[in-house]
Amino acid sequence: MHRKRLAWSLGLCLLAGASLWVLWVSVQNWLPVSYLPYYLPCPEVLSQYPQPKLLLEHRPTELLTLTPWLAPIVSEGTFDPELLQHIYQPLNLTIGVTVFAMGKYTRFVQRFLESAEKFFMRGYRVHYYVFTHDPAAIPRVPLGPGRHLSVIPTQGHSHWEEISMRRMEAISRHIAGRAHGEVDYLFCLDVDMVFRNPWGPETLGDLVAAIHPGYYAVPRQQFPYERRPVSTAFVADGEGDFYYGGAVFGGQLARLYEFTRGCHMAILADKANGIMAAWQEESHLNRRFISHKPSKVLSPEYLWDDRKPQPPSLKLIRFSTLDKDGGWLRN
Amino acid sequence: MEPRGKPNCRLLRPSILLLMALVLVLLGYGILSPGGRMLGSLGAGTAVREPDRLQVVTQSRMAYPQPKVLTPSRTDVLVLTPWLAPIVWEGTFNSDILNVQFQLQNTTVGLTVFAIKKYVVFLKLFLETAEKHFMAGHRVIYYVFTDRPDAVPRVALGPGRRLQVLRARPYARWQDVSMRRMQMLSEAAEQRFLREVDYLVCADVDMQFHDHVGVEILSPLFGTLHPAFYGRPREAFTYERRPQSQAHIPWDEGDFYYMGAFFGGSVPEVQRLTKACHQAMLADRANGIEAVWHDESHLNKYLLYHKPTKVLSPEYMWDQQLLGWPSVLRKLRFVAVPKNHQEIRKSESGGQPTGSPEGAGRAGRAAGN
Repeated sequence: MHRKRLAWSLGLCLLAGASLWVLWVSVQNWLPVSYLPYYLPCPEVLSQYPQPKLLLEHRPTELLTLTPWLAPIVSEGTFDPELLQHIYQPLNLTIGVTVFAMGKYTRFVQRFLESAEKFFMRGYRVHYYVFTHDPAAIPRVPLGPGRHLSVIPTQGHSHWEEISMRRMEAISRHIAGRAHGEVDYLFCLDVDMVFRNPWGPETLGDLVAAIHPGYYAVPRQQFPYERRPVSTAFVADGEGDFYYGGAVFGGQLARLYEFTRGCHMAILADKANGIMAAWQEESHLNRRFISHKPSKVLSPEYLWDDRKPQPPSLKLIRFSTLDKDGGWLRN
Repeated sequence: MEPRGKPNCRLLRPSILLLMALVLVLLGYGILSPGGRMLGSLGAGTAVREPDRLQVVTQSRMAYPQPKVLTPSRTDVLVLTPWLAPIVWEGTFNSDILNVQFQLQNTTVGLTVFAIKKYVVFLKLFLETAEKHFMAGHRVIYYVFTDRPDAVPRVALGPGRRLQVLRARPYARWQDVSMRRMQMLSEAAEQRFLREVDYLVCADVDMQFHDHVGVEILSPLFGTLHPAFYGRPREAFTYERRPQSQAHIPWDEGDFYYMGAFFGGSVPEVQRLTKACHQAMLADRANGIEAVWHDESHLNKYLLYHKPTKVLSPEYMWDQQLLGWPSVLRKLRFVAVPKNHQEIRKSESGGQPTGSPEGAGRAGRAAGN
């Protein structure tokens, strides 16, 4: 009888161990940890490309190409698209894109998607996530093979500022809930924009930010940071690297989750104090990018304002504003 | 029988329960704790230290000049490879920012060096200068592979830094000494480096640190530009050109010529590299061929098809005696110690030097060019 009990207890032990194991496995799948090899050995298929020239006879680009923390600043001329294609294609990546089409902004979805189909990550698996309060208003745009679209019904708000601030929360929830099983990298883009030239794997990185087109040639004291010390988005006078645009950011899911969640918490803290940052979530994004520096920065080629004349230093505008009058839209 | 068994019974039951509880607790802890090593073979590397992974690095407020978008940091040299890996030159980075980033992650760097036979004589200068210039302010473990543990000098080490002597088998030919490093590194990577450090820096011992070498070099995989070839066309690179060798690189391929004396990266990446190089060398040996520059040839083959995430400029690998101090190098950080190759490679019995006809060694090729 004693032996029977022993056997029972051992069996129970085993069961407990097994259930812990199952728990771990399921938790592990949920945890955003997957080692993405940044390369794949591609032996003979490596195409011929010109040897990089170490000693410069002339500048390849007039722009800064490395941040002081050694993150690349991506612009035309800094990378070889074919070489990057060879490196990234075999990795079988899926790239996600989030856009928010709330209120009248649903009318921008068509052109956004059509241009994305032409220029965004051609040859890769892409998953568009369109957050909208009105799924019926989202047009059916033909998508290429391996490219999908999901409409995510989202609660609307009366004020466009509120909509803007809620994006961080929506994105971080989305990553935790759904995106982590579906995509490897995620970009969060504004919908009232259009792709004009190729946007490829040169933009992929752990945490990616884009330089705002209005402030790339301006001293940091003139950046429209939130300057009130009571706000969590406050940036002091001598602080700041670049002014990043809220219309383009992205990265690997794990890092992006931490980033968007951090922004969301900061926004909530401000809300509790009855304050809204000068440029809503863009202010919070900029605050956070100072203390959590991006691993890759996109030049204003990747976030341009068509109302500005294209300067000679920017060779190829890839993503820019759709001509619209902002006033009536924000009612 | 029964009465005799009773007292044992009473003790046995609670002790079994206690044992069960202990086992459950250990199991649970081993599986659920983030540092758990038990399932290391399962999850994709979650059980090992992953330096560039999920760390949320919060910088505290710092004062430094604003980077200027319209002003490249260096206009005389390339600072970004075509696959968007930084090429590290003086002027491209801000050490203060980088130090904070890596310190917040509690980064530990392992520096491996091989001091076989007579090469132990280089250890003192290597370690002393490393104490001054290498990863100051960060945790460092020196791994000294040697066949003469008693000859390892006692060098005073700063806080957070320690030295580990590892036994290495001495091979007769210096080429084998050089090549077998790959094997020893890949084995040690699996056995201890994975658990002890985040990054590995693998260096030659007959060198000294002359200026700052810090966390700006750290990334998943880095190689260093050979000082003799940084301005040369790829046809002049001394790659292995015979198709029979695993290290073969065709004439129209190649980005840079990397030096075998200074490379590194995260432990998993260095493990992959050293394992691949070692296996390639074994394959060559089975085919009766030895690559022209031994482990360096294989390193170059590997880095051609597994692009490094950072490339170090020749500031990190220089020979001032042979090459002077050109203006393109604002700092000389890691430099060769002048040595008599014939003397140092001579076998212990005092016979002929076992070196190959190239005897003048690495930088000697520069003089010849």
